[in-house]
Amino acid sequence: MKFIHYLEQTAGVDILGLASLLIFFMFFVVMIVWVVRTDKKKIEEISKIPLDNTEQ
Amino acid sequence: MQVEKFYYDNKIVKAFGYATVIFVVVGMLAGLWAAIQIYAPAASLNLPPTTFGRIRPLHTNAIIFAFVGNCIFTGVYYSLQRLCKARMYSDKLSWIHFWGWQLIIAAAAVSLLMGYTTGKEYAELEWPIDIAITLVWVVFGINMFGTILKRREKHLYVAIWFYIATWVTVAMLHIVNSFEIPVTFMKSYSWYAGVQDALVQWWYGHNAVAFFLTTPILGLMYYFLPKAANRPVYSYRLSIIHFWSLIFIYIWAGPHHLLYTALPDWAQSLGTVFSLMLIFPSWGGMLNGLFTLRGVWDKVREDPVLKFMVVAITCYGMATLEGPLLSLKNVSAIAHYTDWIVAHVHIGGLGWNGFMAFAIMYYLVPRMWGTTLYSKKLATNHFWMGTIGIILYAVPLYWAGFTQSLMWKTFTPEGQLKFQFLESVTNIIPMYITRSVGGALYLTGALLMCYNLAKTIASGRFIANEEAEAATRLHPAKQGREYWHRWIERRPVALLVVSLIVVVIGGVVEMIPTFLVKSNVPTISSVKPYTPLELQGRDIYVREGCYTCHSQMIRPFRDEVARYGEYSKAGEFVYDHPFQWGSKRTGPDLARVGGKYPDSWHYNHMDDPTSMSPGSIMPAYPWLLDHNLDTSTTPAKIRAMQKLGVPYPEGYDRLANKELTAQAEAIAGRLKKDKVETPPHKEIIALIAYLQRIGTDIRLEQQPGDRTVMQ
Repeated sequence: MKFIHYLEQTAGVDILGLASLLIFFMFFVVMIVWVVRTDKKKIEEISKIPLDNTEQ
Repeated sequence: MQVEKFYYDNKIVKAFGYATVIFVVVGMLAGLWAAIQIYAPAASLNLPPTTFGRIRPLHTNAIIFAFVGNCIFTGVYYSLQRLCKARMYSDKLSWIHFWGWQLIIAAAAVSLLMGYTTGKEYAELEWPIDIAITLVWVVFGINMFGTILKRREKHLYVAIWFYIATWVTVAMLHIVNSFEIPVTFMKSYSWYAGVQDALVQWWYGHNAVAFFLTTPILGLMYYFLPKAANRPVYSYRLSIIHFWSLIFIYIWAGPHHLLYTALPDWAQSLGTVFSLMLIFPSWGGMLNGLFTLRGVWDKVREDPVLKFMVVAITCYGMATLEGPLLSLKNVSAIAHYTDWIVAHVHIGGLGWNGFMAFAIMYYLVPRMWGTTLYSKKLATNHFWMGTIGIILYAVPLYWAGFTQSLMWKTFTPEGQLKFQFLESVTNIIPMYITRSVGGALYLTGALLMCYNLAKTIASGRFIANEEAEAATRLHPAKQGREYWHRWIERRPVALLVVSLIVVVIGGVVEMIPTFLVKSNVPTISSVKPYTPLELQGRDIYVREGCYTCHSQMIRPFRDEVARYGEYSKAGEFVYDHPFQWGSKRTGPDLARVGGKYPDSWHYNHMDDPTSMSPGSIMPAYPWLLDHNLDTSTTPAKIRAMQKLGVPYPEGYDRLANKELTAQAEAIAGRLKKDKVETPPHKEIIALIAYLQRIGTDIRLEQQPGDRTVMQ
């Protein structure tokens, strides 16, 4: 019951594993790059949205 | 800049809030009742609807979908309007959503108590209700997106992302797991069988925890915690990382519910790896919540809302540390099937979901009624009763879990199992009693809250439409360089699509190979479809919720093989629509119960379990001895199974009842030899037929000859 047994029957399957790893890795890299580089003032402004209400 | 005046709809928030408070009491009463039945089986009243196997699904469904569901909607309808600076898109849709959801809950309560169930945990509701859930969920989605699209606030605050991801993922999970073929008006069979059904079910089950009990509540945390503390969240950057990594990783973790089962090994490992990774986003979220309170801890001492939130977030952290640890195979080997898991779940349920819900209620009611909380002191008492309740609930069950596991796995020096299964049960009854005391204390606290809120409501005046002002949103022209995320952030539909892609990836990678498994599972030639009588008996097994206490999955451990027999193989379950592997052993595993006892043992045992095993805590099922088996459904059931690929011969549906009667008469004959007189058309006969069949097929593997089910 090894993974490889199911996958052997699929054509060009090795690309899937590589692609998943790449997608996974890229996703986090891009996210972290964005989070680090984004404008501090903008972030502060967004984080205050819940407090912005007139009521309270 | 043009300023618009508009009104927030508080009425719908009030309606969902009332429903939340009602169902917290109903759901916990059902839970308490179930908990008491474990040590006092007579509390089942010997009636079908009030027996553990039906009360337990009622409890779990009521807590998840009625209590937490209504709490989510309360919080979402309140916060979404304010975060978008807009009234809900359509009042009419709001009310269709509200009444639709309550009708579903009512239908669920009635049908579960009547024994209509799919037999898949937390997805027990039958197909007409499944369709209704889909429709109401779509109404909620339209209403939510309508509001988001007409918002006056440029940015989508992180709470809204959590709501969107919740909506899209729950929709996907519900639809994929609910593929079932209707047999009659309230009966269906799961589209998937055995291993596949198990994988889909726990992909669903785990992510129901993730996307119904966690992400929406995190969204609520990101709104209500800053509100209550009156300061922005500690790190908005962290909340972004929290969001994306949580939804990306969570979806993969389902197989950790199936470690050491017949699920292919690679899928188990995948589940473990991703579960371990989950620690990081979860703790990121917890720390983000707790650090938000930096510098205002003095407020925590004063404000019951913050008190509840602090414990809720702490419990979130505890449960999300424990979860990944439980996903390690060696820890799972000890904890799985024991009460440890029940304790773990209730740290999340009582601590995280319950306390967040209470905090939100204490926050909302005074504000929506334009008054102050009737009694802070009562709320503080509620807080302490709840907290002590959680401890009294969880600690004994942790103890019980370890005890069970140790007793199950202990051998004598001679190499024999040291303890009977029953000894492991009777040994922990004091723990079961203490946990129900903890639950009762927690429930009493909730009742205090009801009183406190009612008094608060009486002292204020409800503000049905709350006035607000905001600048009209200008559609900004492209302003030069834009980061991709801000692009997404301003476009809710893009956010929806990206979230969906992110959650689909994990599901696809796990599912596709498992669907290939069908042709790759080592088939066992001696495993044959159930006979019509066994099929009917199996449906009774599902109806009475036997899977809530009995597993049908022997793991490949020395003690389990010694206790129950040959470990379970994937090929044995190919005709099991739905699978019945179970998740808890309050009673022993039944995967090899077939042929273990004579028919008369089962007959007497169902009538009064203590007559066969003194000290047993199993409820009695006397009605099975009296009720006639409904054979009118047999042909439809056979045809449904044929559609699902079970190889009954062509036209077998017409012969099925004849063979059913013959087999029933044979069993009645054997019972008679043991001095048990019963007509062959009683339900107990079908159940005995099924129980005697479970796990016996592979014994025939070595024997030559072609045994078919139709003989």
